[in-house]
Amino acid sequence: MSERPTSRREFLAATGGIAGSLWLSLHWRSVEAAAHDAHAAAMSESMPTFKWLSAVEAADTDALTACIIPSGETPGAHEARVVVFIDRALSSFFAEQADEFRSGLNATQRKFSAAHSGKAFASASAEQQTAFMHTIDSSPFFTQLRFLTIVGLLSSPKYGGNFGGVGWKVMGFVDQHAFVPPFGYYDRAYAGFKPYPPLAVSGVKS
Amino acid sequence: MSARTFKTTDSVDFIVVGSGAAGGVMARELSQGGFDVLVMEQGPRLGPGDFEHDELKYGMLDGIVNNRERNPQTFRKQPDQVAKRQKSLTYARIVGGSSTHFTANYWRFHDIDFKERSLRGGIAGTGFADWPITYDELEPYYTKVEWEVGVSGLAGASPFDPWRSKPYPMPPMPVKSSGVLLEQGARKLGLHPFPAPMAIASQPFRGRPGCIHCGFCMGFGCEVMAKSSSLYTMIPEAEATGRCEIRSESYVFHIDTNAAGRATGVRYYDRDGKEQFQKARSVVVCANGAETPRLLLNSSSGRFPDGLANSSGMVGKYLMFNQGSRVDAVFEHELNEYKSAQVTRILHDFYDSDPKRGFYGGGGIDARIGPQPTNWALTEREGVPRWGAGLKAHLETFPRAMCASGHTTSLALETNSVSIDPQLKDAWGVPAIRTTYRDHSDDLSMARFLQERSAEIMEAAGAQQIWKAPVTERTGSVHLLGTCRMGDDPKSSVIDKHHRTHDVPNLFLCDGSSFVTSGRGQPTMTIQALAFRAADHIGQMARRNEI
Repeated sequence: MSERPTSRREFLAATGGIAGSLWLSLHWRSVEAAAHDAHAAAMSESMPTFKWLSAVEAADTDALTACIIPSGETPGAHEARVVVFIDRALSSFFAEQADEFRSGLNATQRKFSAAHSGKAFASASAEQQTAFMHTIDSSPFFTQLRFLTIVGLLSSPKYGGNFGGVGWKVMGFVDQHAFVPPFGYYDRAYAGFKPYPPLAVSGVKS
Repeated sequence: MSARTFKTTDSVDFIVVGSGAAGGVMARELSQGGFDVLVMEQGPRLGPGDFEHDELKYGMLDGIVNNRERNPQTFRKQPDQVAKRQKSLTYARIVGGSSTHFTANYWRFHDIDFKERSLRGGIAGTGFADWPITYDELEPYYTKVEWEVGVSGLAGASPFDPWRSKPYPMPPMPVKSSGVLLEQGARKLGLHPFPAPMAIASQPFRGRPGCIHCGFCMGFGCEVMAKSSSLYTMIPEAEATGRCEIRSESYVFHIDTNAAGRATGVRYYDRDGKEQFQKARSVVVCANGAETPRLLLNSSSGRFPDGLANSSGMVGKYLMFNQGSRVDAVFEHELNEYKSAQVTRILHDFYDSDPKRGFYGGGGIDARIGPQPTNWALTEREGVPRWGAGLKAHLETFPRAMCASGHTTSLALETNSVSIDPQLKDAWGVPAIRTTYRDHSDDLSMARFLQERSAEIMEAAGAQQIWKAPVTERTGSVHLLGTCRMGDDPKSSVIDKHHRTHDVPNLFLCDGSSFVTSGRGQPTMTIQALAFRAADHIGQMARRNEI
């Protein structure tokens, strides 16, 4: 599926039905451009340039998403390029949340830098980042960030995140088009359905 | 034969509004019966190659469902509130309707569903009523759905099943680990789980391939035509008669009537947004439990000031959603529930209402995937960290997780309704749907009761962890039932037992809106059985010149 090119028609469908939405007709050029960029990003080995986030915003967003789904033995939000998803999503199909995200992000940046003598969140130590996350994790911005991080981690790579399907790998989801039984551990040794004796009903039904 | 094309000035025998579960059956039955049939569908026509495994598109961007920007709605809990803009009622807006994206659970209703009020007695403050038809009258048509639309299952497996005249045409879908665990846990508790009847081809059937177990059924269009959607079953068979046209991207907004009070045709917006009028001898509305009452209410005229076919005042009233519950569970080994159909085992031990519980209600429990990865990961569960290594560790349990889901009754309340919002209009300028809905307390009690039973089953099956998702008042649904109810008395119902409106002799309604009670949570099988039965009677009446 990730090999499939994002055609114009597919993207139209993705953003609200083949007939298209009013929003879509007004923003068609930017949506189409974003689709091509997202698809190019999904195919590109090197980190793509950002369309909507500034370099500083992108670096901090990347670090914030990495706190939500950290890297470790397995990849996290950083390797999945969730920040690219957020950049593409907020400049196209999630554009209506863009202002809210930017103001929340900028306020978070200011809050961090004020408490850490002008330092940017992205360049802080892991301990400093974690301690700070505990101070913002019940804010509306955190809820939005968490939503975008998970959606970016697990949506089709054509939207810019889930790079190379690493989000699916973390979840143990196999992106394959057809499966055959047995599907899991418990259906391997299933002996077949055993019918009930007709008398069983009277004892149970009240 | 190739599909027919009619002119707007042709007076077709039947216009069928809507191409979904009911509309597809209606089109196929009436065209095979020798009538000229024109199906009007709001949405576009897509094929198997157009559908994708794309959770973002179908789950969040309204890929094939009514679009929240172009088809806005309002919602309120109670009639004394001002409704706020909010999407409440969801349906697929494409050829095949919601049968294209459904999960394909195909339980029959039981005998009790049709006559429960008489057997149990009325419930104060509700519109709880008997159907004017019985299970015995509908049985041949349930069998027709199974054999002509295509349902997989095992006859006689549930000791609670109603009688049937024929076995299923296909064996059940292969059991998944969730089904095995539900079966093991439930049998330990003395319950009677059985293979789920599903409208999915478990093997090649009537020219369609068997399921390839890709796992993307619920909310997605089938990419191999194994799901028995109208799009792949009834619609092509209707077109093959050479007497049926499917006119997609044609949005009917008004049914016109003449001085004699008969329907003369429909007004609609074509794909270029241009208003058209299509003539017809009869109109059958199968637009779903949201759009059918909306169309009638928007079709008011001097002769029908409160909306068409609404002398009873019941159009839009008694909306029912089906309540339900969900228990998430994690086991020691991998289940890999993201593969294959949602459901492979269900149980009906709690189907009947039981006075000992202290409230009205009944339902079924099934074993299922729940949502695919994105929506599964977004679900917050008690005790799971919202971020960091703890959240990531939780996401890694996805292959070992399943869901036991309860599906339950909704009582008919006159205050729960589809009406027309006084201000809001859609992108075509058509007045929008306003939903008013609040569950009866018995509906919530029943959902919680089944959640407790589901949790016990998961424990008996050896779950390592269990979460009970809060059972709350529903603010929306994909089950859109009861809004033009069937009945013998024209004062308290909209259609008669043959689906003819009491007020307009050549106007028929058939879809979820026809329901008198909600059943126990899986309505589409009954919607299609009603459609086969209605088409049978409508065809006979037309041949006898009684329309």
